[in-house]
Amino acid sequence: MTNPTSLSTPPADASIWRRILDSDLFYDFSRRPIIILSALLTLVIILAAAFAPWIAPHTPFDPSSLNLMDGFTPPMEPNAFTGNVYWMGTDSQGRDIFSAILYGARISLLVGFAAVAFAAILGITLGLIAGYKGGLVDTIIMRIADVQLSFPAILVALLIFGITKSLIPNEMQEQAAIYVLILSIGLSDWVQYARTVRSSTLAEKNKEYVQAARLFGVSSFRILARHILPNVMGPVLVIGTIGLALAIILESTLSFLGVGVPATQPSLGTLIRVGNEFLFSGEWWITLFPGITLLILALSVNLLGDWLRDALNPRLR
Amino acid sequence: MSSSNSIHNKPLLDVKNLSCHFDVSKPWLNRVIEGEPQRFLTAVDQVSFSINQGETFALVGESGSGKSTIAKLIVDLIHPSSGEILFDGQSLKNTRGDTFKTLRRRIQMIFQDPFASLNPRWRVGDIIAEPIHAFGLAKSQHDVRRTVEELLDKVGLAGRDRHKYPHEFSGGQRQRIAIARALSAQPDFLVCDEPTSALDVSVQAQILNLMRDLQDEFGLTYLFISHDLSVVKHMADRIGVLYLGSMVENSPSDQLFDQPAHPYTRMLLDAIPDHEMSGRRRKQVTGEIPSPIDPPSGCTFHPRCEFANDTCKEQRPSIHETKGSLVSCWASEEGRLAHQPKG
Repeated sequence: MTNPTSLSTPPADASIWRRILDSDLFYDFSRRPIIILSALLTLVIILAAAFAPWIAPHTPFDPSSLNLMDGFTPPMEPNAFTGNVYWMGTDSQGRDIFSAILYGARISLLVGFAAVAFAAILGITLGLIAGYKGGLVDTIIMRIADVQLSFPAILVALLIFGITKSLIPNEMQEQAAIYVLILSIGLSDWVQYARTVRSSTLAEKNKEYVQAARLFGVSSFRILARHILPNVMGPVLVIGTIGLALAIILESTLSFLGVGVPATQPSLGTLIRVGNEFLFSGEWWITLFPGITLLILALSVNLLGDWLRDALNPRLR
Repeated sequence: MSSSNSIHNKPLLDVKNLSCHFDVSKPWLNRVIEGEPQRFLTAVDQVSFSINQGETFALVGESGSGKSTIAKLIVDLIHPSSGEILFDGQSLKNTRGDTFKTLRRRIQMIFQDPFASLNPRWRVGDIIAEPIHAFGLAKSQHDVRRTVEELLDKVGLAGRDRHKYPHEFSGGQRQRIAIARALSAQPDFLVCDEPTSALDVSVQAQILNLMRDLQDEFGLTYLFISHDLSVVKHMADRIGVLYLGSMVENSPSDQLFDQPAHPYTRMLLDAIPDHEMSGRRRKQVTGEIPSPIDPPSGCTFHPRCEFANDTCKEQRPSIHETKGSLVSCWASEEGRLAHQPKG
């Protein structure tokens, strides 16, 4: 018997690549040269950072590989004593700036990604709970969020960083510094996710498919995890991308202020701060190149995030 | 007629004096500062009815008459303020554990909007299988798959449609999927909250016929909620008319259409366009449903009623039986409904 109401097309078994290439998102992407450039630059920096030990000509933080005679070599010029050429120059201790940037980007990206992941997990969880449970739980979570939002993120991060550091014994400070940094950036940034997820949850939880699941006796946890979460993840992806740029900048700011990662594991922000001391004595390259790298990274990721937000918003199509 | 029937068939669902109030007060602080009392909205007011096994009972009424609230109360999505809902002699409120789970499984619901009632991120097969997993109705993945394909076939879709997502289907097809999902819990009783009002007229008939076929096949009992009297006429054995949260008339379907006992029912029937061209003048429904926060005194229908007198304005009518209909109306009780406005 033929069914007039059933669709005659076979199930969509096309490969994942085919689906990506056919999507509206990819079509939009392929028509924006600036976004393609941003994506490429981001990808290059991420890959360079990931493979830093294989790409970098030197291991910049192994004191045995440094030669003090190489200090303050300008970019693309042979050193007056050793004749070595460094294409981004060296710092006061003869450290190759290019290698330092590769290793520094590694720390910056690590802290950025980890902080965003931490903030997103915390914010999504609290947002889901606040939106789904409502009432007093909602009020408490969202008032905390409001209070935190009334302070600048950097102030909150500095505060959390200070408190956490004072709780850690002295001998562990150096190893724990990165984790403390991730914690403080993450804690200063969860509000965004919580607010977005809460408002989407409020809309989703009254939809009939959630009520249907309740009729089947599905637990609140399963409803949140399997029904609501997949439907609120779209906006989270967007603020996550923009949040990554902000987290990298926040990390660099903290490191620039000298409260971030220790000088033994410098991030891009630390490199900029160190180089900043030599700026007025003419050694401009020590701070300029890490600065440009940070600029390109933050700008590219931010542009990608902005594009993603617009491209996924059906009202702007 | 109804009384003699219900002696033989014991009711599957028995609703007694069901009421539901919602707190619509301003926040506590505002109330204290502005000196306002708490305010309650009465969505459902002392509603009683029973549905026999295999029967279709329809609830009709305007928007805001409490139809959907009653549906949600029966499936336990919201809890009543007072009153009792007995399903097969048991109440969801008082049962625990396995009995509760079985009771819950036996009562399922079909929702109004097929675009919101299916999770857009799930494949149709997973959507239909959700109750099977939740109630542990299949032994293996193979069983689940077979059941899903059978159900899809039963509702007029193809078994391979289980791989697709809801957005690949039309409204009518989605409602078929929603019906298949409700059936996969192996229910005895289906609450259908305006199952066709979001669909095109041509598709409505298909879905209604499907629901009747399934009723015969599985021996289902329906609570059918609608604002469309022609749909109700097609489906229902008995009809309850709701006005502002209370049941004003409860009659067998034929009786209600031939001899409406309540002035409100007459008003609704007079507004139906005349397809038989009998020369009957179609009358517009006049007035609007009043606010349930501050309902009129006495009979809540009196401001719109052409038979209203002082008794109607002051005292609430009680339910009395006349010619097989249960009516809550002073005019009917006192025999003031002399002339038939119909015809």
